Amino acid sequence: MIAPMPVSLLINGEPMDAVVLPRLSLADFLRENLKLTGTHVGCEHGVCGACTIRVDGEIVRSCLMLAVQAHGASIETIEGLSDSGEVADLQAAFRQRNALQCGYCTPGMLITAQDLLKQSPVPDRAAIRQHLSGNYCRCTGYQAIVDAVEATAKARAGRSA
Amino acid sequence: MTGSAMDALSVLDRPNSYIGKTVPRPNLDRLLQGRGQYVSDLELPRMAHVVFLRSPHAHARIVSIDADAARRMPGVVAVVSGRELETVITPWVGVLSHMKGLKSAPQRAIAVGRVCWQGEAVAAVVATSRAAAEDAAEQIAVDYEQLDAVTDMRTALDPSTPIIHASLGDNLAFERALHAGDVDLALSGSDAVVEAEFLFGRHTGVTLEPRAVVADWNAAEARLTIYQGTQAPHMVQNIAALHLGLKETQVRVVCKDVGGSFGIKVHIYADEMATYALSKLLRRPIKFVADRVESFNTDIHARDHRCKGRIGVKQDGTITAFEIDDLTGIGPYSMYPRTSAVEANQVVNLVGGPYLTQNYRARARVVFQNKNVMCQYRAVGHPIACSVTEGLVDLAAAKIGMDPVEIRRRNLIADDAYPCTSPSGMKFERLSHHASLTKLLQMMDYEGLRAEQAALRGTKVHRGIGIASFIEITNPSAAFYGVGGAKISSQDGVAVRLDAQGSVICQTSITEQGQGSESLTAQIVGSVLGVSMDRVRVILGDTDNTPYGGGTWASRGAGIGGEAALQAAKVLRANILDVAAAILQSTPAGLDIAGNSVVDAIDGTPRIELSELARIVYFRPDTLPPGIRPELMATRHFVPRQYPFAFTNGVQASWLEIDTETGFIKLLKHWVVEDCGTIINPQLVDEQIRGGVVQGLGAALFEKCIYDERGQLTNANMADYLVPMSGEMPDIEIGHVVSPTLESELGAKGAGEAGTAGAAAAVANAVNDALRPFGVIITEIPLTPQVILTALGRI
Amino acid sequence: MKAAAFAYARATSVVNALELLAAHGDKAKVLSGGQSLMPAMNLRLLSPDLLVDIGGLAELQGVAVKGGTLVIGALTRHVDLLRSAEVALHAPLLREAAAHIAHPAIRNRGTLGGSLAHADPASELPACIAVLDATIVVRAPSGERRIAATEFFKGIYETALLPQELLVAVEMPARGKGSAFFFQEYARRHGDYAIAGLAARATIDDGRFSDLRLGFFAVGDRPLLAAAASKLTNVSVTPTVLADAAATLVDELDPQGDQQASPAMRRHLAQVLLRRCVAALLARPDLETGAAQ
Repeated sequence: MIAPMPVSLLINGEPMDAVVLPRLSLADFLRENLKLTGTHVGCEHGVCGACTIRVDGEIVRSCLMLAVQAHGASIETIEGLSDSGEVADLQAAFRQRNALQCGYCTPGMLITAQDLLKQSPVPDRAAIRQHLSGNYCRCTGYQAIVDAVEATAKARAGRSA
Repeated sequence: MTGSAMDALSVLDRPNSYIGKTVPRPNLDRLLQGRGQYVSDLELPRMAHVVFLRSPHAHARIVSIDADAARRMPGVVAVVSGRELETVITPWVGVLSHMKGLKSAPQRAIAVGRVCWQGEAVAAVVATSRAAAEDAAEQIAVDYEQLDAVTDMRTALDPSTPIIHASLGDNLAFERALHAGDVDLALSGSDAVVEAEFLFGRHTGVTLEPRAVVADWNAAEARLTIYQGTQAPHMVQNIAALHLGLKETQVRVVCKDVGGSFGIKVHIYADEMATYALSKLLRRPIKFVADRVESFNTDIHARDHRCKGRIGVKQDGTITAFEIDDLTGIGPYSMYPRTSAVEANQVVNLVGGPYLTQNYRARARVVFQNKNVMCQYRAVGHPIACSVTEGLVDLAAAKIGMDPVEIRRRNLIADDAYPCTSPSGMKFERLSHHASLTKLLQMMDYEGLRAEQAALRGTKVHRGIGIASFIEITNPSAAFYGVGGAKISSQDGVAVRLDAQGSVICQTSITEQGQGSESLTAQIVGSVLGVSMDRVRVILGDTDNTPYGGGTWASRGAGIGGEAALQAAKVLRANILDVAAAILQSTPAGLDIAGNSVVDAIDGTPRIELSELARIVYFRPDTLPPGIRPELMATRHFVPRQYPFAFTNGVQASWLEIDTETGFIKLLKHWVVEDCGTIINPQLVDEQIRGGVVQGLGAALFEKCIYDERGQLTNANMADYLVPMSGEMPDIEIGHVVSPTLESELGAKGAGEAGTAGAAAAVANAVNDALRPFGVIITEIPLTPQVILTALGRI
Repeated sequence: MKAAAFAYARATSVVNALELLAAHGDKAKVLSGGQSLMPAMNLRLLSPDLLVDIGGLAELQGVAVKGGTLVIGALTRHVDLLRSAEVALHAPLLREAAAHIAHPAIRNRGTLGGSLAHADPASELPACIAVLDATIVVRAPSGERRIAATEFFKGIYETALLPQELLVAVEMPARGKGSAFFFQEYARRHGDYAIAGLAARATIDDGRFSDLRLGFFAVGDRPLLAAAASKLTNVSVTPTVLADAAATLVDELDPQGDQQASPAMRRHLAQVLLRRCVAALLARPDLETGAAQ
């Protein structure tokens, strides 16, 4: 229906009920309705990666998903991943390596990098570059980001060894 | 310089100095946790959203606009035409008096009567949401009468080409000619003269956060607050006030986090002006955030140049002369307030800049066309000047059979020849071309790579090495804009104060878009004061709460704002020591500040913590000796006076492989050696350079705004306009040579544009080096597979 | 850049989805992964009245081997193709192709059915299923029909699918013994649409192709199962034979030009792909560099 529709979902672990217009993108729902502005909007046509979030544990472009499609899903944003501490070491590595400048790509970049590290514990630089290849960063030239992800992977591998 | 004994020791060398050290930028956690405050995140009570209906035509008369249906759409607050907005905001003309002959036509916030490029705003729709405003914009019926569009810069000046602005008489915005030495004589005395035409794709900044502004006119206060992602808040304040008929005190510009700038956000755009005006007209906060398609159609473009170049060379490698004829098309208006003549002007200023020859002839012409406006984007003019110069040098070397490194060795200005002046009148204080080149060759193992290249050629693997020396304009004085009448400050100010707990609050007029302005300010202030960085808080980006100054652009933040911070901190230190001496019954010369305490200058023994000193000053001044009037706040401003610009220099190298069957280029490695004088934070300098290099690599291989012959931008989206992504970018190794400027105590020059200046030139030279066995020369960027295969005759 | 208003219906079953499609005709669009549809809607290039979201239909999910047939549900995502043991075993070509589709976040949402129904000529999967001799299963209110992959693609974004039909599954012969596969594409950047690509399946006996299927993509308005393959089958492939096949291929191609590549460049790249494919499959590096040195 063009009219607003109810959705129930988990946002960073918290159950949430909302009523949304069908056309509302998940990115705009997070930013405008829930004020979770860490999810950034850079192109709104699925290319830049700034709006990357996790839906049911997998990364997606939230500009290419409707809020109504997220009914019943578990959504995780940079705010949630920060508060849970899941990416604290990755964030520390980004800070240490200055792997961000303006910071606008950073939430999407961190979430995408974490996705890689979950699937592939010690990726080489080419694999890191490839996994991040859908996330646009105009500031850094990417090398610092690759370094930070690589350093985090090695540190995690060292801890689990 | 006077002061206490400790001043004899450079502030850069003090114990526990942060200067020259890699320290993480303060407050990065905010951005890492998604808690930044970008303008696109901002919401204010009663805020409405504006969407601009934009012209689908490159050039057309607006016959009529029917907005009745749009006004009836749900959520619509107002639909406003250019005519209506004219009552609130005056038009502007983007000229500067020192660009002799530069002309442009009055430009309006929203078009009146005629549109001059595809994307120019025709009407504003204000609604309760962006989506509702877009819905309504679709309901506006505009009747256009299409006019002939001027799209080809090569024919823009032909008598048969329509004149875009009749009142200007022709389509020539600006022309500059320069002749130094005797080029004709030099060329006639050369063993070889090589010429080529260099083509540069029009490209744009693609900041990840699009341009965004929230304008909030408070009618009761008669005050406009502008929240905007801008590099120059005081410039925005001045211009908004000027055109809205306000005093500057009635305009406050606030700039928190900015999602990328690169020169894109140093201008004043018509839609931003319209947003300020709409807020005043409608008496409520109005938000404008460009969407990505609008960004491509309206963010300034840059670099659309065709430059013919000629070089003379003798058999011994001596370069005898450079000559260029540059042509660029800037769109229908010269951009405001920095003008669109600057890029061409810089090309004239910079070509041949690293080299000895004093024979130089140049012409640059800047023409109007019915395309989006062009203006200053990171490394203005430098990539063009560098690509032309370094391309010509390589062509000359090839012609006489000399190694590209050797010809540079023989022609680069000697490191001990400074100060000196270039044929275009650029004054060089101190550059280090030879030391930089030597360092580069060692870093990259030039001989080893040449051997590898030769061996691989035998197996039909085609790799190339490209070298590009460059100079970069940084720390601009008033010579850049001020002398031309623009209210763009070339000075910056910093206020430093000790708070009641012994921490330091620092207000600076430079701005932060991720370069590290906040960090370098805190590093300098902390070092000079002897205070740990975690006790220094930096405030920037607010015209109400910072000293007046230029902001962050043209590689000026560290060199100018950093020096102001240094000088302000020195005064505060002296003031603190005066108070401390009174409290401790010592002398200022016998004391120092280190580790957040006043200490004995000789043995470093802590005497009083700054928090205790502050407590006494602020809460128990009654206990101070009579006559002591503590002044725990100090402000200093700085502007370079001796040199119009602090030139930096450097050299880049590219190592790449070309698949000659597919035309695809793989970047294997890139090296940069640069000399930005004193390095405040090595990591931040390196990352500025890496980011800049990758913007240059984007230009070299990918980026181009593709217009059709009717003036339609055909790739205005991120799927079709290709930006460099992580998968194709190489690792970049960086080295430094340090030649501080003596114009400031800090000695820092800029580093923000060095990477962009030379990257494309290095890649282009490497491509031609790789293709040498095929006898192919390409002088065009972007170097797409289509361009490569065409040059190779494969297609 | 916000999508125009539309109504949204979460289909409860395939039957329900078909009812909705029947009721709204071409004013409705099926929403699967949405990775091509949503950009078009955000850009307002498409403004359907109704989106029928089939994303929750379990009956369209899953990969299974039934007899000698590999059945892949329409909602199988690109990431599922990468992870599926059945696909790796029986149709490794799909796995290899899926790795070239866009980026991880897109592969987590985009589906096989969506990609095939969208029929972008530059996309990988249509060519792969043509090469794999697959059949596309579609359901209409009147029942089910099966369309050969080679008959399914009709042009740019055009397929044999009718507005009231839903693509429900893809079936293909489980991998025959001795098949070899090749997949390569040229894209400007990782994850970009290909400007030329080739998916191939071959049976090789004694250094000769006894069977060869060459599926080119991004070089025409639909995937091309190249007849040039016949020139290479059951012969000893020499540079001359290969050049002859390449010439045949060029005659078959009718590529479009776009901002990345002219028609001439696409013809050229298709020949390069052919040579590299044949050289790789036959392990004959000498065949790789054709006329062009």
